[in-house]
Amino acid sequence: MASLIIAESAIFTIFVVAYLFYLGKSLTGPTPGEVLETPIFYTVCLLSSSLTIHFAGKSLERGQRGLFLALWFLTILLGGLFIYGTGEEWRRLIYEHGLTISTNLFGTTYYSLVGLHGFHVTAGLVMLFVVLIFGLAGRVGQDQSARVGVLSLYWHFVDAVWVVVFTVVYVIGR
Amino acid sequence: MIGALQLFGVLLWSTITAAAAPEKASTVITSIFAPETTPARSIFDLSMFVLAITGTIFAVVFALLVYSVVKFRGTAENAGREPAQVYGSTQIELSWTIIPVLIVVVLFLATARVIHAVQDAPQPSTALEVTVIGHQFWWEYRYPQLGIVTANELHIPVSDPAHPRPTFLKLLSADTDHSFWIPQLGGKTDLIPNRVNDMWMDPGRPGIFLGQCAQYCGTQHAKMLLRVSVDRPEDFDAWVRAQQEPAAQGEEAIAGRRVFETNACINCHAIKGTASYGRFGPDLTHLMSRTTIASGAAENTADNLRLWIQNPEAIKPGSLMPAMKLNDAELDALVRYMETLR
Amino acid sequence: MSSDVTQIYSGAAQSESRTWVETLHEWVITVDHKRLGVLYVLYALTFLTVAGVEALILRIQLMYPHNHFVSPQVFNQMFTMHGTTMIFFVAMPILFGFANYLVPLMIGARDMAFPRLNAFSFWLTALGGVLLYFSFLGGNGLYGAGSAPDAGWWAYAPLTSRAFSPGPSSDYWTIALLVSGFGSIGTAVNILATILCMRCPGMRLSRMPLLAWLNLTMSGLLLLAVTPLTAAQLMLLVDRYLGGHFFDTQAGGSATLWMHFFWIFGHPEVYVLIIPCFAFVSEIIQVFSRKPIFGYPVMVAATVCIGFVSMSVWAHHMFTIGMNSYANSFFTITTMAVGIPTGIKIFNWIGTMWGGRIQFKTPMLFSIGFLFQFLIAGLTGIMMAAAPFDWQLGLSYFVVAHFHYVIVGGILFALFAAFYYWYPKVTGRMLSESLGKLHFWLFLLGFHMTFDLMHIPGLLGMPRRIYTYEPGRGWDTLNLIISIGAFIQGIAIVVFVANLIISYWKGSAAGNDPWDAWTLEWSVSSPPPAYNFATVPTVASRRPLWDLKHPEDPDSRYE
Repeated sequence: MASLIIAESAIFTIFVVAYLFYLGKSLTGPTPGEVLETPIFYTVCLLSSSLTIHFAGKSLERGQRGLFLALWFLTILLGGLFIYGTGEEWRRLIYEHGLTISTNLFGTTYYSLVGLHGFHVTAGLVMLFVVLIFGLAGRVGQDQSARVGVLSLYWHFVDAVWVVVFTVVYVIGR
Repeated sequence: MIGALQLFGVLLWSTITAAAAPEKASTVITSIFAPETTPARSIFDLSMFVLAITGTIFAVVFALLVYSVVKFRGTAENAGREPAQVYGSTQIELSWTIIPVLIVVVLFLATARVIHAVQDAPQPSTALEVTVIGHQFWWEYRYPQLGIVTANELHIPVSDPAHPRPTFLKLLSADTDHSFWIPQLGGKTDLIPNRVNDMWMDPGRPGIFLGQCAQYCGTQHAKMLLRVSVDRPEDFDAWVRAQQEPAAQGEEAIAGRRVFETNACINCHAIKGTASYGRFGPDLTHLMSRTTIASGAAENTADNLRLWIQNPEAIKPGSLMPAMKLNDAELDALVRYMETLR
Repeated sequence: MSSDVTQIYSGAAQSESRTWVETLHEWVITVDHKRLGVLYVLYALTFLTVAGVEALILRIQLMYPHNHFVSPQVFNQMFTMHGTTMIFFVAMPILFGFANYLVPLMIGARDMAFPRLNAFSFWLTALGGVLLYFSFLGGNGLYGAGSAPDAGWWAYAPLTSRAFSPGPSSDYWTIALLVSGFGSIGTAVNILATILCMRCPGMRLSRMPLLAWLNLTMSGLLLLAVTPLTAAQLMLLVDRYLGGHFFDTQAGGSATLWMHFFWIFGHPEVYVLIIPCFAFVSEIIQVFSRKPIFGYPVMVAATVCIGFVSMSVWAHHMFTIGMNSYANSFFTITTMAVGIPTGIKIFNWIGTMWGGRIQFKTPMLFSIGFLFQFLIAGLTGIMMAAAPFDWQLGLSYFVVAHFHYVIVGGILFALFAAFYYWYPKVTGRMLSESLGKLHFWLFLLGFHMTFDLMHIPGLLGMPRRIYTYEPGRGWDTLNLIISIGAFIQGIAIVVFVANLIISYWKGSAAGNDPWDAWTLEWSVSSPPPAYNFATVPTVASRRPLWDLKHPEDPDSRYE
């Protein structure tokens, strides 16, 4: 997983570089300052989900299956909220401001970067959900805590990427 | 070994022949070892220095390699005995680390000097400015100071060191990446869309210098040839004056001109002084002042012109010139008109 | 080690009652690192033939100026496919194949860390190759014969945008490489995990064979190198399918951004290719000089150094694009700097041969060829590191000569050496020495004929990627001889393949350790049993078999 994270970091770095390089270079259309609203609430959701998954892992190591399942479910909920938030933002951008991936350089780089991250979150949610199902079927116990740990490492990575993307897009970019 | 000697021999030969080439009007030497401008000469001097160093390194290491292969080969006498198992030697390894570092430092300093000399050279006020725009698969030349637009064959003046008149080029592209390379006149610089690049040259003697596009730009990259005519000052001025004139309006070519203006020709081509001002294809105002057509793909003769207009695929398959599908009479008239555009 | 225990996977002891369908099925579902290694190698050899034929087509067209052997459209597809195939579907798979086969054996492990991921990676790579070649059949590009990619293996924007590549050819290139890229990442992850976690007892990192160190470095580099290409290709797909503007110069996008992203991949990629070859040569030169590698710690340090520095040199492929003088100077110094550890390795190899007792078997012949040619290739690389010199040499046949010198003269020679050295271990049979020597001398002749001379047209102004050229510039005769050399190399490859096939049935039995070597793979039978080691070995030095054979003077006393 560590190797995969290294590789994925390189992919995200390239998209971030493209985003930064093209800041201010769009020839037309809405600019970040005009249309972006900082998604504080959904960011808090995603970052807290790192906390919940961490505690979920810890409780599984101690054998507390019930607590593990509850925290795990909470993680999925928070992650799902984040995705909903992204979708909400995109709906607003597309229908109210007319910003799509093909509008201008900002549109292209924004949707690609946030979309790539969102894709990784979604893939993570799918995997978390699969583990939830196994957990509800009673198949996830203390012995599986190492594997669950590997998956939460992925989830932490996804959160860390969001910190970077958030800073680049909503803080620096505006 | 044989290969290395071959290489050296041919290098030497080509340098000597290049240096000895008489001042013919059409010297076909596109060698990088026959520099004609200050930037080209700086590159040449640097290259000789680099070759000397790399050549020495090669000779030394090659000698060591050959020696070790010969001296330490397994023979009948020492068969069955393992040689002394040496694991390394700090002193030796240190020395063969430090020496390369020193070589790199020296090489780098020499190189950095030339990089700055060529790229950061200031543009004097006497410089001639030319804007080169790369197209698929031809070259557009604009002289903003002189109000000239032409294509495919560049004319620049000789630059006398006592009264320098270098040519400073701005390189742009209308479509994909290209690269302007005339080895005798300097290193190559790319033409990249949405980017402005610069290069300069100050050729010291008149002549024709050849090159071609060096960055793959599509199907006919191979025939995007370059032809630069370095003219003596009087010749250059005469050329400029002729280029500044609008197109000849001879009576004998009225029919041809009508064909030109009523077909799609005017969508792509411009002829100064007429209603044609298309910019997608080369400017044809002084077509006959050029030695070749289709960016060097064919000699500029009536037959070739005819063929080019009727069936460009025969000369340059994949070029963006469409086959005009004219009947014979129209074609003859059109070619006659083209021939008046001196 | 005896091989009379249940030998399900051992090639030499196949029970006759197995039908060919069952055998095929076994091979298709295998997760055994040795079988996957063989699959990778066979796959790569197939594509070597295909890409080799593409090269011959190119060379026939270039034999004479204004030749009409193929149209410009076909020529452009040929050079694009030749480059793309050779890098992604020959060089990378064959090196992964060797790594897969050898790494677990050399570190005393029973398989790779993630066998199913291993199989998945192989099949992804295989699919990528098939997809790329399907382009000849699929889709109808506007310019005729199929729709194979024709924008060069770098696929520079904006040539690959919808405006200039309207058909699906660029998409075949993009998606085939995207898919096989995921396969490569999977393999790299596997190699890293295997080496870091599954070494046998006693094998500290400082006691690993150099081959393991080099594959470790290669895998780390690969993770950071292939992913930028993946990212850039995703961006290209966004441009082509979703109307994005990453590389759309009409919308303010940047063509040079693609170049940067591509070469951030492209340069470390070539180090990914050469580093395993350093590994082969390191192992082989030791054994055939009868001495341990000279300066093992420095060899490791130099390799890791090369791995890091190689990530900072990429824009030496872009010296002509008009970067400012500071950027050009920066990339000049980093490129020259990466030559230092590389040069040191050459010295260490000579140091290994020095004072040894050299045996000129075929693996050693190819390794010596490698040394000579890699030296020259490195030096022409230094020439081009000097940016102003590159302004003349770049984008010409000089560069083509340089990189073929590295890839054919370096990588392929090292691979041939590796074939002759490890074929006995994989199959239990020796390759024919006489055919091997014929292969070597023929190939050497053809190689030098082609690639030594190829430097000269570059010096005389011949650019790359041209389907024809003007006569009278001094390029004509040279191109003819270059093409003849290419055919000679082709014949040598035929000899090689014949050797591989004939020796499989007629080669003399190899035994466990035909070369009197020192690393763990030579302690098991040839071919190894499915489980590699009946008991996991414990090692006390870098050359465990030397210690066993020379108990009076083991390496462990000196390390």
